[in-house]
Amino acid sequence: MCEIIKVGMADMKTCTAPDSLTTLGLGSCVGVALYDPVSKVSGLLHLMLPDSTQIKNNQNKAKFADTGIVELYEEMRKKGALSGRIVAKIAGGAQMFSYGAGNNDIMSVGKKNVEATKQMLNKLNIRLLAEDTGLNYGRTIIFDSRTGKLKIRAVGKDETMI
Amino acid sequence: MSKIDLNELSSMQYDVLRELGNIGAGNATTALSQLVNSKIDIGVPQVRLLGFDELPSIVGSEEKVMVGILLMLSGDIQGMMMFLMDPQVAKKLVNQLMGGYGMDGNGEEDFNDMEKSAVMEIGNIIAGAYLRSLGDMTNLTIDVSVPLLQIDMAGAIFSVPAIEFGKIGDKVLLIETKFDDERVDEKTDVHGYYILVPELESYDKILSSLGV
Repeated sequence: MCEIIKVGMADMKTCTAPDSLTTLGLGSCVGVALYDPVSKVSGLLHLMLPDSTQIKNNQNKAKFADTGIVELYEEMRKKGALSGRIVAKIAGGAQMFSYGAGNNDIMSVGKKNVEATKQMLNKLNIRLLAEDTGLNYGRTIIFDSRTGKLKIRAVGKDETMI
Repeated sequence: MSKIDLNELSSMQYDVLRELGNIGAGNATTALSQLVNSKIDIGVPQVRLLGFDELPSIVGSEEKVMVGILLMLSGDIQGMMMFLMDPQVAKKLVNQLMGGYGMDGNGEEDFNDMEKSAVMEIGNIIAGAYLRSLGDMTNLTIDVSVPLLQIDMAGAIFSVPAIEFGKIGDKVLLIETKFDDERVDEKTDVHGYYILVPELESYDKILSSLGV
């Protein structure tokens, strides 16, 4: 039986084939799926904020792009993923409400999350294969460790696969 | 140093916040009743300290589609006010407000521009009534933004207050009140939630303005 493992907000989980990882209703948060196509070791992170160094209370590593991605990467390597093979797919980072001149700090956090995620992936030499980010709507994502595909559902839109 | 410790609210602090929710929601509901010309009941306000994951459980599940109206608060009290309801309920309100408009044609989750601005106006009136009574009671100035509207999954809507609170901790403190129409008739029944999410320092201001 394949299990679908749920990842909550500011949380991360790993799995191997044939299981899947899902996170529901991503808004301005970003979902980062890391994957080793050979060992099928997969991980999903649901991060909320771009930078842990800007925040005093930063014990929960999965909350931030910088610490969360490193933590997930290390966890996957422990489970048998090889660093050179790990690739990434990301989704989320929407601007849920538009307010002010568009540069409002609270409202543009989605965009900052996506930028910080890409920077971190780059730093760890993880190739970003695909993304579905930005815009102004929520997403549910399901990562299938058997195929490495990330399925994306949104309200009033067709299901997509990246 | 903040006087409020998220994990150790005293029962006195709880009671005062709950009472604030009661008065705010009471006024908002009076405004709403007048709009739809029906008696609407409010539930007992809940002061809740929730983990990020638990937020969508207020309305059901993460993927449940909700109409969310968000107002940003500034001035003495900073934070957010949210007004949430099912899309069908929002349609009913628009219909009652605009005399039959908005019920036909487009599906439950599709709102045209006219319907959207009607929903925002409803949010404006209702949240305005809530916040005015809060301001009057505490003698604090609350400036309210224009209403912002989103029709989307509850999880995505709640990510906005969650991220704000995420900057200071791992939980969100909010005052939630449910409202429900007295009529049980499916066609007209109106129900939803008022959620007030002040920032932590604003809780201090609210409590000290009331001598707590």
